[in-house]
Amino acid sequence: MSAARPPSTLSAARAVLYKELTLERRAPQTLTAMALFCASAFVIFHFALGRDAIEGALASGVLWVTLTLAALLGIGRSFVADREEGGLDGFLLAPAPRTALLIAKATTLFIFLLIVGVLAALLFSVLLLGPTPSASQWASIALLIVLADLGIALVGTLIAGIAIQTRARDLITSILALPLLIPLLIAVTKASEPLLSVGGGTLAWRWLALLGLYDLIFGLLAYALFDYLVED
Amino acid sequence: MASTEPAVVCSGLVRRYGERRALDGIDLTLGQGQTLVVFGPNGAGKTTLLRVLATLLRPSEGDASLLGSDLRKEGWKVRSKVGFLGHQSLCYGDLTARENLRYHARLHGVSDPAARIEALLEQARLSDRGDERVFGYSRGMLQRLAICRAVLHEPELLLLDEPRSNLDPAAIEQVEPLIGAAEGRTRVIASHDPAGGLAEADLVLGLRSGAAILLEPAAQVTTDQIGELYR
Repeated sequence: MSAARPPSTLSAARAVLYKELTLERRAPQTLTAMALFCASAFVIFHFALGRDAIEGALASGVLWVTLTLAALLGIGRSFVADREEGGLDGFLLAPAPRTALLIAKATTLFIFLLIVGVLAALLFSVLLLGPTPSASQWASIALLIVLADLGIALVGTLIAGIAIQTRARDLITSILALPLLIPLLIAVTKASEPLLSVGGGTLAWRWLALLGLYDLIFGLLAYALFDYLVED
Repeated sequence: MASTEPAVVCSGLVRRYGERRALDGIDLTLGQGQTLVVFGPNGAGKTTLLRVLATLLRPSEGDASLLGSDLRKEGWKVRSKVGFLGHQSLCYGDLTARENLRYHARLHGVSDPAARIEALLEQARLSDRGDERVFGYSRGMLQRLAICRAVLHEPELLLLDEPRSNLDPAAIEQVEPLIGAAEGRTRVIASHDPAGGLAEADLVLGLRSGAAILLEPAAQVTTDQIGELYR
């Protein structure tokens, strides 16, 4: 009777990703909120710190704390449409592998974080950053943004998968995500510090390796756990 | 090749929400091509039963099999054979009807989705407004779209929760070929309409507080008996 064949993980993930990006394009809420948050935070820091320019550890801390808090907004929004409009049930009713949802949601969040990360870094360099990074330092910062955003996207999707099954969703997101992101934050702020210092410095590979390891561990954890989290 | 295996078998099926037993030991067997209509007041467990059969909820105790597949162990096998229509349309308001159906068709691996989607939209009289975002749809239009979504992958078993709610008489007639009795199609329908439900039922299940207090062939059930469930 049925003319359907269960889709592959990749095919289902592409369908969900396309849907996610279409929804954000039609009603841009998540990206707008994240970008506005970053801009507001930089302006507040500018006045609160009472300095025209910052550098080194302080600059690194301000940049990454702002990006992490903006990421929480994205994580909190990542299943909102699915929850409110029954889209999660729609996915769970299909014979599609549950991993497809993880891949698509994490990729969506990763794309949003990359866009916001690039915009925020540029804005940060204009509003707050004292030293002007060289081209190679900008390349290193871009690499850090990619690795950190990958980790945040994986942890965020995992947490959002847990949160959607609870009533205190918004609380759960912050309570669980921030402690899990501490190792990532330490690594990325330490790695960024010399790149944002006067006189400049180079990227410390051990922090880069730590970020890569973090991404790998949470990628495997998310892959192993996600099925159980989204199903009843 | 017709199978003689029952389409739905439930044995001591229990579903708990915390301490409360939303389904309390349901036993039933439904043959292929038959229609089971489930009656009961609000909160009796009708929707929970449908959601368990649709694999959206796990049974807390007991066993259930659908079309020969164990619900606990082979949920993935069941999903491609089941069409579920609940209280929500499961469609995204910011997508058009065509985009919503295309999305679900891809998740179900429907072959030649474009032709199937156009045929369904035509049947549900939604072709003209298929490129409009769904958030502007009336409740009736949304229900017709939800029906299209539920039958998109041509499921063998339909799980329908008050499928004709929000539909006017003309719309009910339009969607009848999609959700009505058809050769080889097994249906489980939750209904609040004693006369209408009885007319299409082969088997009647009456629920109250999660327990089955009526399970009889439709020919042996009267509308008064069903009315009793609600008192």
